[in-house]
Amino acid sequence: MTQTPPRSFQEIILRLMGYWAGKGCAILQPYDMEVGAGTFHPATTLRALGPNPWAAAYVQPSRRPTDGRYGENPNRLQHYYQYQVLIKPSPPDLQALYLGSLQAIGIDLALHDIRFVEDDWESPTLGAWGLGWEVWCDGMEVSQFTYFQQVGGHDCRPVAGELTYGLERLAMYVLGVDHVMDMPFNDPDAPIPLKYGDVFRQTEQEYSRWNFEQADTAMLLQHFVDAEAECERILSAADTDAAGRRIVMAHPAYDQCIKASHLFNLLDARGVISVTERQAYIGRVRALAKKCADAFLTTDAGGAQTGEDAA
Amino acid sequence: MPDLLIELFSEEIPARMQARARDDLKKLMTDGLVAAGLTYASAGAFSTPRRLVLAVEGLTAQSPTLREERKGPSASAPAAAIDGFLRATGLTRDQLELRDDKKGQVLFAVIERPGRPATEIVAEVLESTIRNFPWPKSMRWGNGSLRWVRPLHSVLCLLADEAGAETVPLTVDTITAGNTTEGHRFMAPGRFAVAGFDDYRARLKRAHVVLDSAEREAMIWHDAQNLAFARGLELVEDKALLSEVAGLAEWPVVLMGAIDDAFLALPPEVLQTSMREHQKFFSVKNPKTGRIEGFATVANRETADHGATILAGNQKVLSARLSDARFFWENDLRLVKTEGLEGMGAGLANVTFHNKLGSQAARVARIAALAREIAPLVGAAPDLAAEAARVVKSDLQSAMVGEFPELQGIMGGYYARAAGHDDGVPEACHEHYQPLGPSDAVPTAPISVAVALADKIDTLTGFWAIDEKPTGSKDPFALRRAALGVIRLVLGNGVRLHLDAVFTEADGLFPEEIKSGELIAADAEPGAHSLLAFFHDRLKVFLKDQGIRHDVIDACLAMPGNDDLTLLVNRAEALSAFLKTDDGTNLLQGFKRANNILTQAEAKDGVEYSYGADPKFAETDEEHNLFAALDAARTRITPAMQTEDFAAAMAAMAALRAPIDAFFTTVQVNSDNPVVRRNRLNLLSRIRQICLAVADLTRIEG
Repeated sequence: MTQTPPRSFQEIILRLMGYWAGKGCAILQPYDMEVGAGTFHPATTLRALGPNPWAAAYVQPSRRPTDGRYGENPNRLQHYYQYQVLIKPSPPDLQALYLGSLQAIGIDLALHDIRFVEDDWESPTLGAWGLGWEVWCDGMEVSQFTYFQQVGGHDCRPVAGELTYGLERLAMYVLGVDHVMDMPFNDPDAPIPLKYGDVFRQTEQEYSRWNFEQADTAMLLQHFVDAEAECERILSAADTDAAGRRIVMAHPAYDQCIKASHLFNLLDARGVISVTERQAYIGRVRALAKKCADAFLTTDAGGAQTGEDAA
Repeated sequence: MPDLLIELFSEEIPARMQARARDDLKKLMTDGLVAAGLTYASAGAFSTPRRLVLAVEGLTAQSPTLREERKGPSASAPAAAIDGFLRATGLTRDQLELRDDKKGQVLFAVIERPGRPATEIVAEVLESTIRNFPWPKSMRWGNGSLRWVRPLHSVLCLLADEAGAETVPLTVDTITAGNTTEGHRFMAPGRFAVAGFDDYRARLKRAHVVLDSAEREAMIWHDAQNLAFARGLELVEDKALLSEVAGLAEWPVVLMGAIDDAFLALPPEVLQTSMREHQKFFSVKNPKTGRIEGFATVANRETADHGATILAGNQKVLSARLSDARFFWENDLRLVKTEGLEGMGAGLANVTFHNKLGSQAARVARIAALAREIAPLVGAAPDLAAEAARVVKSDLQSAMVGEFPELQGIMGGYYARAAGHDDGVPEACHEHYQPLGPSDAVPTAPISVAVALADKIDTLTGFWAIDEKPTGSKDPFALRRAALGVIRLVLGNGVRLHLDAVFTEADGLFPEEIKSGELIAADAEPGAHSLLAFFHDRLKVFLKDQGIRHDVIDACLAMPGNDDLTLLVNRAEALSAFLKTDDGTNLLQGFKRANNILTQAEAKDGVEYSYGADPKFAETDEEHNLFAALDAARTRITPAMQTEDFAAAMAAMAALRAPIDAFFTTVQVNSDNPVVRRNRLNLLSRIRQICLAVADLTRIEG
């Protein structure tokens, strides 16, 4: 059933939370690191690997330094939100579940034209790819819908279904707003009504300046090298700790991979990476992601039969 | 004779894959059915975004019973031989027949393979078709290991005849075939059963699904034209887009809207590209103004508000897209007006063309230098050609081309005019990329030709210099296409130039330290790896398509000046035409006979007979006539060759046919008189010299 129209950005987020919670997803919180997209959250990247079932939904603040426009562009931001759902194995009615979520945020399927248009997804930095669609509502892309086939170079068995909603764009459409900064963040009738611009205009300006002009590239390059080295060091440590417990540090290593990826994005925004170097950097991050995936698959969460269970 | 209906119902199949999938389904199924012994009257395949369908009419209900007889050993043969025969046939001794033969009684095996019912065969062939379907990309989903283009939800498989319909028993992994399907996802949810193809098609239509993509295309085109006509506008034809949108809707509904006035000043190519690439909209033109003023979009459903919400949403998305486009356009125009088009291209210095061949800016400088040299050969002013070459790539740095790469060159033309360029420079921005493929037009404007040649020759010499030649099917830098482009530019404009000289010029523009490859060889043999030999190979392919045989081309390639493609092709065309005449084929025989006799005599005697034939040693009329004919031919051929009039030269050669034929009929070359023999051999050498001056006829086959 189509719900009444939401009145604010946060109401759309809350309704998605309520909807996917009602469908049995664990509602997680954002990952506490800078990432380029919701896919980087370990709840997606790592949990898409291995045989264990999984169902999670969360908002992930995402940063794309090159998309900064000092808060002036009606729909381009260097910091924005993605809503991410990952269910493994992908249920047979995932399309219907997804359409239900559109109804939950007030899109009347009897009046709109919803289409699944081919769009294959690939993340060269994560060594991941999948097939699916971009979902169009009246000609506008409102979500990405992907059946993961590989992550970190490993075949996904079972296959996870991933849904990604670009929250600002979707909300602007649902709320009928033309400029993202004009979008009501909380209820317009709240005692202190806030618009998206009240929350984010100034930060867009500040980060745009830093991303494009100020970020210290020599320092960022060093951080990239450090993150890469730390990731590899963590993964090459022995499986057992000082007390003899088997603890593979897949997640701490993956944190360093996330860092390297974001540092690469920052360097890219500063324009210090040439076309040929680009591929090499992406390859270095991918190598880390693959090693993290390899490590995760040797852990319990990765479905490995370890310790006493192995007997 | 039952009819077969198959529907493979899945999540949305990419539009671009549907046509191939229809063909593949039909071929795999019908080939499989026929291979298993069934026959059918006709078959048709259909697709919608969510289904792939095959209807086969007049399928035989079972495969025929096959009877096979095999002759075995004699009844009195040793037991081991008989046992071997039993093993080979899978029969027992008492199942064999005894027959009388000339040599006594012989054992025969009669094996009968009973026919199989169509249901069994269909189930087998369909399962194999599903498991081996050649999708360009396929995927797994959920817990399964089955692969399909997107998750496969149901299989409908029915054999229907007058008595009724029967579901073919079939299970593929977790999917069991049935007799039900679904209608439109939103307009008619829920499953329903069908009884056969006609019933299926009719029920689908009631459930808001038009099964046949051709019918959907026709509906879309018809409705869009009507809507445009009612507004006094006309639809811009776009067959590829029509096929794509028909693959994106089960129940297509055309909606038409107007482009906001604020965007009408954008170049029509920008409007059209933005609408087609981003939104899959058709462009709608006003015939009075010639401008694109509207769009047609195809929705996948009817709504209570007659598409008002959908149209408003699409219009809003379009406005956002065109706002971006206008922002790019205005910024680009501002930039070229202040910095010039060369200024716009300044950033090309930071764009790597190839890590060994340097930046795009370095490439532009080389093309400008080369265009200046080529200009006089194609009737262009050197300064203008160089000016054009310096700016034709600048739009690659424009915001608009950054967004729409397919507008490269087209935007350059607009920006060149805005920056004050004229005299063929704006046109060269687009035309210097041409011809892009074998069917693309060849530019004729001199400036465009000069820059187009310089551009392609720079690419070719560059990759040759660093030894990155195409090998086998690998041609990552599209060098074959570039060479064919040069060939068509030269021949299409009748350009006279020596490629070797131009290659040397182009090669000199690259720094020595990058070079590792071999560039040119003036006497390139076919099979050599020189750039000229590569051109000759491409030329052979090109001329073969024009009906000129490869041996004719070889005969002309062996002549001097073979790096002048226009000269080479003129010669080849004349020779090809000549060899198609009676005189031509007979003269060729005469030439070959003369050449063979001469070659054998030269090998035997160890001398070369090439000089000194004297009519005073001639004994017969035929011999005298040949002397006279050769003299007459030479006086015609020499001036014809000087003016490169190969047709006239060959016509003169044709006059030699009768005297040569007569000579060979009546004259014995190997006379007992050594003086006469030497004279006759020297006479044959005159035939050889005259003929070889026109083309190397020794290379002609037959």
